[in-house]
Amino acid sequence: MKIIVCIKQVPSTNEVRLDPETNTIIRDGRQSVTNPFDTYAIEQAIQIKEKLGGEVLGLSMGIPATERLLRDAQSRGVDRTLLLSDRSFAGADTLATAYTLSLGVNEQESFDLILCGKMAVDGDTAQIGPELAENLGIPHVTDVSELIEVHNDKIICKKITDTGHQIIEVKLPALLTVVKDINMPRLPSIKGVLFGLDAPFEMKSAKDLNADTLRIGLSGSPTQVVKTYTPERASEAVVIEGDPATQANEIVEIIKGVI
Amino acid sequence: MAGLVINQEKCVGCGVCLKGCASKSLSIVNKKAVVSDDCVLCGICLDSCPFEALSIEKENSSTMDCSKYSDIWVFAEQHNGKVLPVAYELLGKGKELAKEKKCKLIAVLIGLDIEAEAKELIAHGADHVYVCDDINLESNMDERYVEVFDELINKHKPEILLLGATGFGRSLAPRIAARVGTGLTADCTVLEIDNETGLLKQTRPAFGGNLMATIICPNHRPQMATVRPGVMQIKEIDSLQEGKITSVPYEFSVDGSIKILEEVLASEVKSISDADIIVSVGRGIGAQKNMALAEKLAELIGGSVGVTRPLVDVGWSEYKNQIGQTGSAVAPKILITCGISGAIQHLAGISGAETIISINADSDAPIFSLSHYKIVGDCVEVLKKMISNFEDDKGKKMIV
Repeated sequence: MKIIVCIKQVPSTNEVRLDPETNTIIRDGRQSVTNPFDTYAIEQAIQIKEKLGGEVLGLSMGIPATERLLRDAQSRGVDRTLLLSDRSFAGADTLATAYTLSLGVNEQESFDLILCGKMAVDGDTAQIGPELAENLGIPHVTDVSELIEVHNDKIICKKITDTGHQIIEVKLPALLTVVKDINMPRLPSIKGVLFGLDAPFEMKSAKDLNADTLRIGLSGSPTQVVKTYTPERASEAVVIEGDPATQANEIVEIIKGVI
Repeated sequence: MAGLVINQEKCVGCGVCLKGCASKSLSIVNKKAVVSDDCVLCGICLDSCPFEALSIEKENSSTMDCSKYSDIWVFAEQHNGKVLPVAYELLGKGKELAKEKKCKLIAVLIGLDIEAEAKELIAHGADHVYVCDDINLESNMDERYVEVFDELINKHKPEILLLGATGFGRSLAPRIAARVGTGLTADCTVLEIDNETGLLKQTRPAFGGNLMATIICPNHRPQMATVRPGVMQIKEIDSLQEGKITSVPYEFSVDGSIKILEEVLASEVKSISDADIIVSVGRGIGAQKNMALAEKLAELIGGSVGVTRPLVDVGWSEYKNQIGQTGSAVAPKILITCGISGAIQHLAGISGAETIISINADSDAPIFSLSHYKIVGDCVEVLKKMISNFEDDKGKKMIV
C-alpha cells in the first residue's frame, strides 16, 4: 500500500508566551516540533506498512528547516520525504496550502491512502485534510480513532462524532484525519536514526511543481488576518488566605453559591 | 510581489517588531527594520509596530465578481431529522447581520423527512429555506452534501455562508470551500459587519486561545465561517414570521465511497465537555492515591473529574478525561483546579469556564492568571478539608 502522511512544522507551544505590553508572541530560541497530531498519523502509516507492505511518503509544505522534522519521521520508519518549499508559498491560508499539497501528491505515481493529523496545534483549523481531499477528488473521513480493518481497496474505521462514534467503510484511495486515541507513537531506533540521516529527501519549489502562482502563498489565499489581539482575561483573581481548613470553607461557600 | 512591506519613512528602527516575530526573520539594519526570506507572513508583527510601519501587501488574484453575491446563508445541520441548536444560534446572529446588510437570511436544510423543520427555521428568523429532502441524504455525508451546496451556491450566489463548528460542520465546510474556491475561517466566536466595507469580520481564537485573530475574505465569495456552538444567542421564536420554502431536488449520482456501517450514540456517560462542574487535577496532586480525593469531591458536588495531559501519560487517568489542546475543551459553570500549574496547552481548554477556583503551591503559576479565586497551598490538604466539609453537610441533612 502506498501511503502519504502530511506533516506540519509548528512552534513548540510550551515556549510560546505573550508579551503583555506588545501583545505579541515571545519565543526563546528553541526549535520547532512536528505537529503532535501528525505524529499519530506517521505512526499509523508505519503500522499499516508493517502489516501490508508498501511505502510511506512524508509530505510537507514549509521552510527549508522543516527537513529536520522530515528526517525525524524517517528515523521512525517513513521511507522517503518530500518538502515543498518556496518563498512564494509563504502566507498561505488553508485553501492555498491544500492546493500546494495536492501538487505534491500529484507528483507521485500513485497512492492509496493519505493520513493527516486531526488539526495543527498552531492554527487549530482542521481544514487542510478535507480541503486536500476535495482538491484530489477523493473521499475523506475526519476524527478517526481506530482502524478496524485495512484492505488494499477499502478501510473500515471508527470515527469520533459529537454524539458518540460511527463505524465507517471507505473506499480507497481516501484521506483520513486521525485523533490522539489511535495509537502510541514509537521512538526512533538507533538504526532508524542512522537511516534518517541520509534517507531519500527531496525538496521542490513552485516552479518544480508547475504551480499556478495565483493559487499559492499570500496571493492564492482568500482569507486575510486584519487584526490580532490578546483576549480579555478575568480581572485579578481573589486570593483566599488562611490555613487549609479556612480556605476549604471559603471554597465550599463559593461552590454552593454556584450549584 | 506580495509580501511584508516596511515603510521606510515610518520605521524608526525601535526593534519592537523583532520581539514578536515567530520566524525570527526581522532585524534592524542601519536603524531600519529589514525582513529576511524566512518570513512566513504570519502577520503578528503588524499590530506590534507602534508607528504602523509594517503592512502585508498582496495583489488581488480573484476573478470573482463579488457584486453579484448577496444574502446570508446558514446551514441548518440536523441529526435524525432534528435541527441542531447551533443552527438556531446561527439564525439569531445571521438575523442581526442581515439587518445591518439589509439583505435576506436564508437557511439550507438537507436530509431525509425534514420538511417539517423548515417552518421552525422560519420561526427562528429565516426569510427563505432551501430544502433538499432525499433518501440519498439520510445520513450526514460530506460527499453528497457538497454537491447540493455546490449547485446552490453557483446558482444563487450567497455573500456569506455560516456553518456550525460541529464535528460534521468542520468536515463539510472545508470541502465546500475548496470546491467553490473561497476562504473559510474555522471555529469563529465573534462575527461582525465592517461599517465601511460591508465585509464579514470573523474573529477566532488562535494559538490555543491566547491570541484572537480577526480575519476577512475580501475578494472571494461566499465569505465562509464555521461558528463555535454555544456562543451566539438564539433569537426569540416568532411563529407569525413569514418565509418562503423552496424544495431543491437531489439529482446527483455520487457512487458513495463512504458507507456508515454503524452509528453508536454515547451512553448517558457524560462527556467532560458537557459537565457543569469539574474538579480537575494536575501533577501537583502528588500521588496516584490522591486521585481518589478528587473523585470523592466530584461525587459529592455532582461533578466530573478532569486531568492534565501528564496524568494521562503516566496512566493515572484516561484520555477521555484529558482537558486541553490535545484533549477536550470544557465550559463548566465551576472549575476547581487542584495542583495544576497551567501549561499553555491546558489553559487552551479551560477558557470557556465561568468560574475558576485554583489551588496550587506555586503562587506564580500561570493557572492563576485565568482564575477567579486563587488559593496558594497544598491541594491535597484543601481537598481533604473540602470533602469533610461537604460530608458534614450531608450528615447534618440526614440527621434532620
